[in-house]
Amino acid sequence: MSADATNTEVPAQFPDAAGHFGTFGGRFVPEALVAALDELALAHQAAMADETFRAEFAGLLRDYAGTPSLLYEARRFSARAGARVLLKREDLNHTGAHKVRNVLGQALLTRRMGKRRVIAETGAGQHGVATATAAALFDLECVVYMGQVDTERQALNVARMRMLGATVVPVTTGSRTLKDAMNEAMRDWVANVDETHYLIGTAAGPHPFPALVRDFVRGIGEEARAQCLDLTGALPDAVTACVGGGSNALGIFHAFTDDPQVRLYGFEAGGDGVNTGRHAASITGGSTGVLHGTRTFVLQDADGQTQESHSISAGLDYPGVGPEHAWLHDTGRATYQPVTDDEAMAAFELLCRTEGIIPAIESAHALAGTLAIAPKLAAELGRQPTIVVNLSGRGDKDVHTAGEYFGILDKE
Amino acid sequence: MSERTSRIGVAFDKARADGRALLVGCMPAGFPTVEGSIAAMKAMVAAGVDVIEVEIPYSDPVMDGPVIQRASDIALAGGVRTRDTLRIIEAVAATGAPVVTMTYWNPIERYGVDAFARDLAAAGGTGLITPDLIPEEAGEWLAASDAHGLDRTFLVAPSSTDERLAMTAAHCRGFVYATAIMGVTGARSQTSQAAPVLVSRVREVTDLPVGVGLGVGTGAQAATVAGYADAVIVGSALIRCLLDTPDEAEALTALRTLSAELSDGVRHPDR
Repeated sequence: MSADATNTEVPAQFPDAAGHFGTFGGRFVPEALVAALDELALAHQAAMADETFRAEFAGLLRDYAGTPSLLYEARRFSARAGARVLLKREDLNHTGAHKVRNVLGQALLTRRMGKRRVIAETGAGQHGVATATAAALFDLECVVYMGQVDTERQALNVARMRMLGATVVPVTTGSRTLKDAMNEAMRDWVANVDETHYLIGTAAGPHPFPALVRDFVRGIGEEARAQCLDLTGALPDAVTACVGGGSNALGIFHAFTDDPQVRLYGFEAGGDGVNTGRHAASITGGSTGVLHGTRTFVLQDADGQTQESHSISAGLDYPGVGPEHAWLHDTGRATYQPVTDDEAMAAFELLCRTEGIIPAIESAHALAGTLAIAPKLAAELGRQPTIVVNLSGRGDKDVHTAGEYFGILDKE
Repeated sequence: MSERTSRIGVAFDKARADGRALLVGCMPAGFPTVEGSIAAMKAMVAAGVDVIEVEIPYSDPVMDGPVIQRASDIALAGGVRTRDTLRIIEAVAATGAPVVTMTYWNPIERYGVDAFARDLAAAGGTGLITPDLIPEEAGEWLAASDAHGLDRTFLVAPSSTDERLAMTAAHCRGFVYATAIMGVTGARSQTSQAAPVLVSRVREVTDLPVGVGLGVGTGAQAATVAGYADAVIVGSALIRCLLDTPDEAEALTALRTLSAELSDGVRHPDR
């Protein structure tokens, strides 16, 4: 990867063979799933070492998903930020977000393992739509679990999944949101593991999912690093992304982890504010625990019961985070900060008005965080900083939420 | 593996001598209330359930089907705490029946693994069944269970390789829990074909007793499973007695009736 990798404290290969990132990660799963996870880990390793697989994946990303995505210099937004802001335009990918990279990779793996059925969990529906898309392309049976609260909030995405041939199962247990959809997908997987691949939507869950998802999305950072060098002649001073489960952030961070001069910032969903208790900031507002098969930062009460998360962004509304982020936080390699709903929506509006780009509300958290750190970074460096922001998705899906937030919808 | 004979080991030895299997009945702590769950568990013991399995309610029980999920949700909505579970264990252990605790891992990590082991031992609990903890991740629990003399039951599944069966059984103490089917908890109309195969595979790698759970709901099914296993583990069918019957007295009657039927089943194994 990087020729100037001088940071000898970071071992070349993470996680370890059992899926641990320091004290995080691992496998906290029913024994019934261990054989399937072992099979998946082997398939993942073999695929990453297989030229044919890598070429097929690269071909799909180029010809079907439309990558490499642009690195766009947002000049008018930059003027307001006081930084040279380069947007990694993952919003321009097919299906409108970085997630297409992960689902294409995992669909290829599914075929390689000889499985014919994929299941997925989805919150806002973005990962469900992406999974249904890949399933259609690969002719796989597709079942998507979605909390009943979310199927009602995101009826258009439910319709999209059905158009693509997927079965959408509303989940009526627990809080009826993303975490419960994930529980239900796990239960399906335990019962049907022989013919089914669980196409998990973020770099979380039991080993090998965090490493596997990261490997399928890390092209984001590899592209951005080369594009930034081409455009500016130097590496950026900082790379920023929003963090829910954390796949888009890992995707853009990974190519820069061996560049110690590049600061990495992950912005979590602060909801009403971390001090209010109504947020989805697992690292900055949670504690170490075990959730959905991995040890990481979790929103939990004093007895270890998972607490509900809150965010205006459905895609960040999850009470855990991928274990590699927990580890990057622990080692200090990346910095995590909360961004409130209001801060995110102000940045959302600013990007709309200065650049003519409607971002996903998830990505607006990365923009808001960038606005917050830019002056500090400028002061520290004594010059205008260059910041690469992962614009992980487009805002079409959020038009209703944002319209309500800004009070610009005509009353019926 | 320790040579020490655990309390549950004594119960297994006695059942073996009597030519029958043990009946293990599961109930979530605090369902429908703390006092209600104590009453239910005592009623189960009085009606012939040999071992009580107290499940610590958890917000995200991925190994459990709809019945235990609902019961756990009711318990949590009622405000049950981990320390209430310890009080329930103490009250039920006072009947003389061995009490084993089933728990997802996060509540134990949150309590503190060694602190929980200490308090569980003090409450008279025999040990833990850990559905989402595999031996590879259990270092702290292995040490704490040794320090406080507790049994540890890991799960094995039809999909487990021979190597994993041997490794997992070697880390168990008390008994091994064989999940009869690939799937979540909940009574089914037919017991599993995979279960007897799995049990005989486990017997090739350990002398520990083997309990079979997932899917048993009637006396006839209990007799079938008792034909090849050392313990028949029943949860959802017993819990449904309380879920389906709002009147507490009627619910306890239904619970006693089913407990007695299952108890009769394990005493007349199909061989």
